[in-house]
Amino acid sequence: MPETAAAHAHHFDDLEQQHQASWLGMWVFLASEIMFFGGMFLGYTIYRTAYPQAFADASNHLDVWLGTVNTAVLICSSFTMALAVRAAQLGRPKPAILFLLLTIVLGAVFLAIKFTEYYAKFIEHLVPGGAFVYDDALAAAAEIFFSFYFAMTGMHALHMLIGVGLLATLIVKTARGRFSADYYTPVELIGLYWHFVDIVWIFLFPLLYLMGRHFG
Amino acid sequence: MTEPIAERRRHYLNVHYGLTSWLFTTDHKRIAWLYLVSVTFFFFVGGLFATLIRLELLTPQGDLVQAETYNKLFTMHGVTMIFFFLIPAIPAVLGNFLIPMMIGARDLAFPRLNLASWYIYILGGLFTLTAAAAGGVDTGWTFYTPYSSIYSNTHVAVTVIGIFITGFSSILTGLNFIVTIHTMRAPGMTWFRMPLFVWAHYATSLIFILGTPVIAITLSLVALERLFGLGIFNPELGGDPLLFQHLFWFYSHPAVYIMILPGMGVISELITCFSRKRIFGYEFVAFSSLAIAALGFLVWGHHMFVSGQSVYASMIFSLLSMLVAIPSAVKVFNWTATLYKGSIAFDAPMLYALGFIGLFTAGGLTGLFLATLGVDIHVHDTYFVIAHFHYIMVGSAVMAYLGGLHFWWPKMTGRKYPENVARLAAVIIFLGFNLTFFPQFVLGYLGMPRRYHIYPPEFQVLNVLSTAGASILAVGYVLPLVYLIGSLRYGAIAGMNPWNARGLEWQTPSPPPTGNFDVTPTVVEKAYAYESLEPEILYPPGGRAADA
Repeated sequence: MPETAAAHAHHFDDLEQQHQASWLGMWVFLASEIMFFGGMFLGYTIYRTAYPQAFADASNHLDVWLGTVNTAVLICSSFTMALAVRAAQLGRPKPAILFLLLTIVLGAVFLAIKFTEYYAKFIEHLVPGGAFVYDDALAAAAEIFFSFYFAMTGMHALHMLIGVGLLATLIVKTARGRFSADYYTPVELIGLYWHFVDIVWIFLFPLLYLMGRHFG
Repeated sequence: MTEPIAERRRHYLNVHYGLTSWLFTTDHKRIAWLYLVSVTFFFFVGGLFATLIRLELLTPQGDLVQAETYNKLFTMHGVTMIFFFLIPAIPAVLGNFLIPMMIGARDLAFPRLNLASWYIYILGGLFTLTAAAAGGVDTGWTFYTPYSSIYSNTHVAVTVIGIFITGFSSILTGLNFIVTIHTMRAPGMTWFRMPLFVWAHYATSLIFILGTPVIAITLSLVALERLFGLGIFNPELGGDPLLFQHLFWFYSHPAVYIMILPGMGVISELITCFSRKRIFGYEFVAFSSLAIAALGFLVWGHHMFVSGQSVYASMIFSLLSMLVAIPSAVKVFNWTATLYKGSIAFDAPMLYALGFIGLFTAGGLTGLFLATLGVDIHVHDTYFVIAHFHYIMVGSAVMAYLGGLHFWWPKMTGRKYPENVARLAAVIIFLGFNLTFFPQFVLGYLGMPRRYHIYPPEFQVLNVLSTAGASILAVGYVLPLVYLIGSLRYGAIAGMNPWNARGLEWQTPSPPPTGNFDVTPTVVEKAYAYESLEPEILYPPGGRAADA
């Protein structure tokens, strides 16, 4: 192995084995994450079935346009993430840093819009708990809807925040020349994580915003 | 090697000294020690709660503690023992130490993650200990809503946050094991040459990564409900408390298999070594671990037969629960068949293994009683259930843990433990255990409910027997603590392979060097190739017991 190649950790035989281990580790972690979100998806589905009318009514209190814009923002961020991975794979640090920065910016835009939505719900007294106000017989079930809304999108936003932090570490490492065409595993794996978080939103958006909505 | 003999051999224990060399280690063998010390601590904390429970139940009246305190005692006993002792015990101590060595690797795939999982475990433990010190929690380890989310005035939130945190330690350990087993096996170590201990841990790891996140999200919803007054599990606010039970048991029944599967892996190693035979039906035993892990996810509803769930759901759950008996029985029959015509030695680890087979059979068969719908209605929430799961968790899992700890002690420390005292302790534990828990089968069948600090006077004789057994059991548990620690200083030097066992972990010095093997081993034969031992080792003159 030439001396310029990235060194593997001492307990692995070679870089290939290390890459396989890291790659499998991330997939196993994502399997665990699916079960983590799965508990909430299950709960949401059960209550959606139990209180279809209240859930449809409550979902009309969400801002579908902000949700749509956010979906587009997130899909774009997945695209820039994929470009960043490609740039890392080709051993080009400058475009890699650019695309990672773009991904962070798009992630931040998503979070900013999300918190705008949260603030609007706070103003409208739609945050579950003591201050929850909902003016008809559907109040109890609607509060459950908003409990799931905040728990699921909140957990998703937390994952986004962690993702943004991870992307920042990638930028630092790329700038320091840690990655090359031979070794770019962290970029690839954090890319996987980022796509996973996007996919969770792809399920959250129709479940929370679109189902049962009446337009116009 | 031309080094002077006087120079001490470097191994993982003496390569560095000092507290920081332990607290910042990434060596899986040292992390196993960190876990060993911490789970031992939690075991005796949980044991203290159990002691107080048994003392209170010595008499029918509530004369030692009041009902509220008693509720806290059995809750803290369950929480400590399950989440902080039984779940991590065998995987994080023995599994951590042995899995890389058994497959011929230098470490787990992610050593820093391994250390991180210990810190996460400790952080979760501190939360739970804080809750205990601040006054405890009284919901039962099951945290049923809406009592836990609304009515209980105890430290539910802090406790469930502690369990939530500790769950991530399990997930990371399971992730590490799965990746290590997939990617780091030595040349020639095919899947079907791996020791069954590794198969059992692979199955356990699947439950860790697929089950634990569900309890994490469930308990965090309970915590959110308490803190912000949400209504997800609160019937007054339109929520469904049964949903909590479903989500809770979706993890917590598989968690039982997290506790028992690694123990089954230990027993496969012990039975083969001490009867000097290959395991009977290797593939069946290996796949039965996976079958138990898979079926374990489909049986949670048998905890909810009287909850008001659909009777048809109960019937399906009853049937599926009975199916778990098949892979479990495969293991028991195959261990027994392995013993047949073996050259058996009754060293302490083997006593634990034999005890395990008997107690697991009793615990497993009474599990079938409980899986039977009609019988479960009669004994639901009685001491019959308590006795049943203690036969599995204490009679089986703890016996396997102790058996494994004794078996690999020479490898971990380089020292032998005192064999005769250890045999005595194994016998004391077996007798004490049965005296503690067998009367509880009878009590439960007679109708004594669990989780009460008082009981009708006619149950006193059986309760006194149980408490007497518990004090014998306590002696049995303190003994190994004393002589194992003593053996660190006074034990005889063990040598590389004191048991003449097969398996890669015995083909490296005791204690092993930091990288486990000086040269990565190449595997050329199946596991448990005991028939290739020298005849004088296989069948020593005067019988195997004589060479102890």
